[in-house]
Amino acid sequence: MATLIIAEHNNSELQPATFNTIAAAKHLDGDTVVLVAGHDCKSVAEEAAKAEGVDKVLLSDAEHYAHLLAEDLDKLVVEQAENFSHILAPATTFGKNIAPRIAALLDVQQISDIIAIESDDTFKRPVYAGNAIATVKSNDSKKVITVRATAFDALSHEGSSAAVESIGTTEHGALVDYVGEELTESERPELTSAKVIVSGGRGMGNGENFAMLEQLADKLGAAVGASRAAVDAGFVPNDYQVGQTGKIVAPELYIAVGISGAIQHLAGMKDSKVIVAINKDEEAPIFQVADYGLVADLFKVVPELIEAL
Amino acid sequence: MKILVAIKRVIDANVKVRVKADNTGVETANVKMSMNPFCEIAVEEAVRLKEQGVASEVIVVSIGNQQCQESLRTALALGADRAILVKSDDAVEPLAVAKVLKSLVEKEQPEMVLLGKQSIDGDNNQTGQMLGALLGWGQGTFASKVEVADGKAQVTREIDGGLQTLDVKLPAIITTDLRLNEPRFASLPNIMKAKRKPLEELAIADLGVDVALRTETLKVENPPARKEGIKVETVAELVDKLKNEAKVI
Repeated sequence: MATLIIAEHNNSELQPATFNTIAAAKHLDGDTVVLVAGHDCKSVAEEAAKAEGVDKVLLSDAEHYAHLLAEDLDKLVVEQAENFSHILAPATTFGKNIAPRIAALLDVQQISDIIAIESDDTFKRPVYAGNAIATVKSNDSKKVITVRATAFDALSHEGSSAAVESIGTTEHGALVDYVGEELTESERPELTSAKVIVSGGRGMGNGENFAMLEQLADKLGAAVGASRAAVDAGFVPNDYQVGQTGKIVAPELYIAVGISGAIQHLAGMKDSKVIVAINKDEEAPIFQVADYGLVADLFKVVPELIEAL
Repeated sequence: MKILVAIKRVIDANVKVRVKADNTGVETANVKMSMNPFCEIAVEEAVRLKEQGVASEVIVVSIGNQQCQESLRTALALGADRAILVKSDDAVEPLAVAKVLKSLVEKEQPEMVLLGKQSIDGDNNQTGQMLGALLGWGQGTFASKVEVADGKAQVTREIDGGLQTLDVKLPAIITTDLRLNEPRFASLPNIMKAKRKPLEELAIADLGVDVALRTETLKVENPPARKEGIKVETVAELVDKLKNEAKVI
């Protein structure tokens, strides 16, 4: 019995959700082994070897692993699968893309987006946009699982000195060619790991008005998010979206500005510790989950709030 | 090229889902059902590819009970050419759905399978990727743009950090994200026309696919309730509460 974790990284460092996945694995029996597959990614393997809770790191380096494409990594994981009872990936766009391929190749029904581990075969996961929580028992001999990062607090990034073992590589399947990426560059914290988030919705009116939320975010050391309505309207890019099918966040403080609070948005943020809602419509559903609601014109009170902080 | 589109009938996105009192599932009696929104986007994309002259035929398939016919007729009204209903009165897990779709792909030989990235009931986000692995095909998941040319689909994907573009060799799997397109409304003449389009029914048992359940749902519960909040009157009061009561700033 041991758990294999598929590390998400950018060939220079681990993505934060990998640490939460390692934390989840500590609720399962047996050793925790992290697979770092990529290109020129030795430093990532060394980082993983230091992380608390890690017993061993497998390193597989090939040029065609550089972009962590699912069509190449799936076969590598399947080759390693024999020694593991559980295979875990973070429930990020990376993990969601690859884990079902691994599950299908192993003939396993994957358990997606778990928020709690009851035993080695029983897990809790949200369904219907988090409006219900299902407890699911897997009868497959191997478990393939994606982990909701916000449900498991990351352990220390230091403390272990696990061995790093280099393993072989699989051939390039050539099903997919990487063309490029447009990543949002920001000095602010990353949305899914930020302690404070300021999010804007349709009520912001346009993209320029988000500058006001950025100012507020900078006062609080916060990340900036958005509702689907604001992304669909083109106010901000897609990677700002918080919700059922966007990012799932659970910061200490979530400030929702001009967001009505559709259930699909609430699904992505209602586990935040403290929720503040600012909206001029006192009937807006966001107030039902807010700890502190302020019924007011956001264009008047957000500048006041920036001033007061 | 032929395109196969897989669609699912789910509780309508605007319905407030209620957990059953006996914790065995959620209430579905007398609840409005609709085509999964991501599947609607997949149908729309296939129809647009046909209108561009890229696709020659759009086949929609759904797996489920007899009522799934309604969703298939909706897809036909949106512009799909014909439909296949794989009948099952029991729950079918994503792995089994992928196996059923694989058997249909082998029969129909499409060059592209379009699916929603997830259904808004189970929120699994698995079927397209599983089908890709079973067929040995490449995949463009969470697509916000698809362009087909020269034997490949160039797919722009919505990823956590922004956007990623891949060239996926055909035949390929595409799963749709929210911003791929805005589905049209079916016009009355097209709804009438859809009634005469072919809809084939197959029994899931006749496909020779292993659809045995691999998981058991032990219980379904309400999520923990949040404690009731308060309204503040001024920014000063809000800042005071956040500093001194919640202690988060």
